Amino acid sequence: MKPPVFDYIAATSTDMAVAALAAAGGEAKIIAGGQSLMPMLSFRLLRPSLLVDINRIPGLAYIEEADTCLRIGALTRHFQIETSPVIARHLPVLSAAMTHVAHLAIRNRGTIGGSLSHGDPAAELPMIAVLLDATLHIESVSGQRAVRAQDFFLDALTVDLDSAEVLAEIILPKLPPNTGWGFEEIARRHGDFAIAAVAATLTVSDGSIRQARIALTGVGPTPVRAAAAETLLIGHALENKLVESVARAVRAAIAPEDDLHASADYRRHLAGVLTDRALHAAWRRAQGEP
Amino acid sequence: MAPAKPHQSAAVAIPVPDKISVSLNVNGVDVQLDLAPWTTLLDALRDRLNLTGTKKGCDHGQCGACTVLVDGRRIVSCLTLAVMKDGSKVTTIEGLAKDGMLHPLQQAFIDHDAFQCGYCTPGQICSAAGLLAEGRAKTADEIRELMSGNICRCGAYPNIVAAIQQVMGHS
Repeated sequence: MKPPVFDYIAATSTDMAVAALAAAGGEAKIIAGGQSLMPMLSFRLLRPSLLVDINRIPGLAYIEEADTCLRIGALTRHFQIETSPVIARHLPVLSAAMTHVAHLAIRNRGTIGGSLSHGDPAAELPMIAVLLDATLHIESVSGQRAVRAQDFFLDALTVDLDSAEVLAEIILPKLPPNTGWGFEEIARRHGDFAIAAVAATLTVSDGSIRQARIALTGVGPTPVRAAAAETLLIGHALENKLVESVARAVRAAIAPEDDLHASADYRRHLAGVLTDRALHAAWRRAQGEP
Repeated sequence: MAPAKPHQSAAVAIPVPDKISVSLNVNGVDVQLDLAPWTTLLDALRDRLNLTGTKKGCDHGQCGACTVLVDGRRIVSCLTLAVMKDGSKVTTIEGLAKDGMLHPLQQAFIDHDAFQCGYCTPGQICSAAGLLAEGRAKTADEIRELMSGNICRCGAYPNIVAAIQQVMGHS
């Protein structure tokens, strides 16, 4: 198995990278960690004429804490996010999700920007970006723009990023106080892409839910926010009858497909079961339990 | 981007990009190679440097047989272009023994019979060396979790975990 023929440049600045993309007229691809792109090249699913390597651009891998959010450079490796104390403190649901992203040797190379730009329909990071209302900062020769994660994922392996643009930074709002989280995934083997996964956060005060977020992956072409299901939770304490109706709303909000790994029916079933587990975990953690 | 097309007629000339000069330090030896940009680190090690200890299993990041250490961290060499690692320090299975003495992990794999056919073993040992350097795994479960990227089709997993635990106990 060999990648196709392509030319290669190692960009040393974001300006140089976007200039190279623009000059290639749609025939170039960015390579960051390469952990998704290299298999696609080897399988000849892509035949770019040029790879623009962004690994040597200084200052593109960082986790910075601001007042209300964390800013993550697109070149930040998965293992850095997985082991970051700042992420563990403010976005523990992200730390938990990272342990499900492939295996350690892959996480040593793979990047958050690469995973989001690739947009695999069963990947964890796109789901977490949608769950946490991330904002993505994108650069090109014509300037910068910001897009909400919710609007970024258009279809399977298709994102709102044109061939001359590069994802530069991901902004993740911190979780509010008194927020618990849950992350539940079923995969054939640990580290595989999800057959289905659910992540949830619940913000609780005076015994009732003030804000609820539920996101899913593996159950459609893009990650899904279950907005109608979230609304059912507001103003209530979590109890089993309520969870049942929320799980029903989640199952109604998705349109999974059959594939080699699981049937659509099984995925829809899992979405309900995992929603139940994730909500109970989030509720427990919102009460300060581990 | 143009989607993949069937092979075009021979009359269409496909321009071949120039080779790129790549400097690596492999197992303590500085080497310089002129490589086509699409050469993976795995192919550069095996086909250009004749370091065939690093194995090609699946060639797309699923099996871990090609795990090597780059600047001290374990990576799968099939998913890395050699040109991307220009200037890096690479350690393969051939570079672990020192002064005629096996690396403690190599000795432990022998002591615990931690392989059968041996094809995954270089990747297992390089991955375990990376695991030890990371210092995160303490228990057998954590070893299993953080070695999960290295598949052993013979099923030597219990002995692999025991071998790694032996080295952890002594370090």
